[in-house]
Amino acid sequence: MQRPRSLQDPINPSTLSKQKDRPMNKKLTRILATSIAAAALTATLAGCGKGSASSSTEGSGEIALWTHNAGNPEELAAVQGIVDSYNSSQDKVKIKVQAFPQDSYNDSVVSAAAAGNLPCIVDIDGPNVPNWAWAGYLEPLELDTDLSKHLPSTVAEWDGKPYAVGYYDVALAMMARASDLEAAGVRVATMEQPWTKEEFQDALTKLKALGKWEHPLDLGTAGTGEWLPYAYSPFLQSFGGDLVNRDGFQSADGELNGEEAVQWANWFRGLADEGFMAKKSGKDSTQDFLNNKSAIVYTGSWAADKAKEALGDDLVVMPPVDLGEGPKIGGASWQWGVTSGCSDTGAAMDYLAYSLKPENIAAVAKATGAIPASEEAAAQIPSFTEGGANRIFMDFSREYAVMRPETPAYPFIATEFGKATQDILNGADPQATLDSAVKAIDANIKSNGGYNN
Amino acid sequence: MKNQLFLKDAGTMLVRILFAVVAAFPIVFMLVSSLKPDQQIFGDMSSLAAFLPVGNISFDNYAAVFDRVPAARFLLNSVGVSAVTVILGIFVNSLCAFALSRMQVRGKKIVFTAILATLIVPFQTLALPLVWWVNQLPYFELNGFSLEFSKGWLDTYQVQIIPFIANAFSIYLFHQYFESIPKELDEAARIDGAGWFKIYRQVVMPLSGPATATVAILTFLPAWNSYLWPLMVVQSEELRPVMIGIQYFFQLNVSWGEVMAYASLITVPVVVLFIAFQRSFVNSIASSGVKG
Repeated sequence: MQRPRSLQDPINPSTLSKQKDRPMNKKLTRILATSIAAAALTATLAGCGKGSASSSTEGSGEIALWTHNAGNPEELAAVQGIVDSYNSSQDKVKIKVQAFPQDSYNDSVVSAAAAGNLPCIVDIDGPNVPNWAWAGYLEPLELDTDLSKHLPSTVAEWDGKPYAVGYYDVALAMMARASDLEAAGVRVATMEQPWTKEEFQDALTKLKALGKWEHPLDLGTAGTGEWLPYAYSPFLQSFGGDLVNRDGFQSADGELNGEEAVQWANWFRGLADEGFMAKKSGKDSTQDFLNNKSAIVYTGSWAADKAKEALGDDLVVMPPVDLGEGPKIGGASWQWGVTSGCSDTGAAMDYLAYSLKPENIAAVAKATGAIPASEEAAAQIPSFTEGGANRIFMDFSREYAVMRPETPAYPFIATEFGKATQDILNGADPQATLDSAVKAIDANIKSNGGYNN
Repeated sequence: MKNQLFLKDAGTMLVRILFAVVAAFPIVFMLVSSLKPDQQIFGDMSSLAAFLPVGNISFDNYAAVFDRVPAARFLLNSVGVSAVTVILGIFVNSLCAFALSRMQVRGKKIVFTAILATLIVPFQTLALPLVWWVNQLPYFELNGFSLEFSKGWLDTYQVQIIPFIANAFSIYLFHQYFESIPKELDEAARIDGAGWFKIYRQVVMPLSGPATATVAILTFLPAWNSYLWPLMVVQSEELRPVMIGIQYFFQLNVSWGEVMAYASLITVPVVVLFIAFQRSFVNSIASSGVKG
């Protein structure tokens, strides 16, 4: 290193000579001290900083299980209960639970996959299973369990093989106060006789005429992300359209931009244009409904217990509207899979099979208030037995559930559909918007080689 | 004339108060809502009561926060990670800036330009490759008296700290500030026998209080608000920082009172830090010509 010119011209030679003559051992002492300090700092950080649940612990008789339940103590406790029970039932392997917050769970898993650091067992939002399987994250399941007895929407398949299985599903429904419907002269919709499109229009007109609400309907239009395809694609399907052509999943043309899809788009925007619902609802539709800011709320089985507690017998749970092809709801919730890099696939499969015992499924369903995946499990939960308060959601799931398209392209399709829905709601031309979404989806499928295995 | 001046002052003051009130509204709403049950938060939303601690007021949401989230642990982690990042950041970046400002090294302008050029690249584009890289780095820990080596920094404290110590903007701020300190002071110290490190430690740094305070705040804030990076590299709950904790509340049924209580808890340290360094911060911004 070149010394500064000012210092190359010594002003005080005696000082410089002192510097030059500085004993070598003093320099060495400083370097040594600095090195020791740096090493100590790093060692301190390292020593106290390694996480206990790192997947690096795998291979020592312990395998990691990642779940999306951080912040949901009831469901996490139920999952931990199954794991504890499994761990004490054998001594070959120990399962270690690691919980992540739901909203950021996918990002954590994808990052771990990129770093080659996935755990053995993961839970996955059902519609993402084909994408994760296609990306090579998941192994096909080989379980000693008869999955045919499970609700179809709780088993995720791709390429003819099961890749994930869930303990429960959830179901969408319309909730209202019986007293409000009676006051407006509107009948309660039932599974035997759901509202038709015309009846729904009439009901909204009558409810609005009561003057109690600025917007009588709340479809959760402030929702984002997966809510948009989960909540609104069933309406599209009830009109006769779909997110993609399910015959080979190679194009959305004719399904997402066909005549029925445009009818859906016009109907959906019409609800806002006619003042029946807000273009952007409140952040918490259930709470707004309970605060009497809307007459009908479109929400899921997860809100039922809270609504029942607040409204008692005045609460009515109704199927979604039949817009032509019958009422439809989205199928599939969180499910479990085994990752392809797992160091002990046999143990992971063994745990999953164990966890699917009816009593385990019932424990999780009880903790979450969700629909148990099998009849045997439902028989252990009074509210889901025949005549039980929540049985209706199980019936909705069995009768109306449509799986979101089981293709690796689904995350992209979902994003495009979500954007299109929001654009249409905000005034964009339905046909042009849907054409544009189809173009993007088809291009994505093509650029990924058709997402073939 | 006096009346006119008074009216002018009063008008200016009124506008300032108005701006202050508007700026304070979200914070007041957060604090007030953290004391209310969910139903009341939404019930009060369409009236001024949303900003007033009226109705059914309690600390229940704060108690619930600690039931749902290991908030104390998250706070401790964030304080630790942020503090170490700030301290090491000030040391490393000021040393780098000192070298670039004071030492006559061939090519230092190119080095400085290269450092500044890194500001153009957004972190999001580097995040995924960086995750891969940190997982390839050697890792060692003390086990009794022996050192054990393994590979991968994922799920550690240092992965939350070390990648963020060197910071181009901090180097730039220090460099600009050091340039304003007369070089004659260095030469005087040199005459008195000081070496480079002594000049740095006893001459330049003591005169760079405002720049240090600014760098401290500008390093602390992203470290405290860090979300994407810990989300990608930390799996163990005991190592997570506060911002990940906010996601714990977004379940199918969101408890907004708890969200507000948690947000209030994690905002306090930032406000305290800002108030403590406010004067230095403003001075440094003014002297370095940096606009926020």
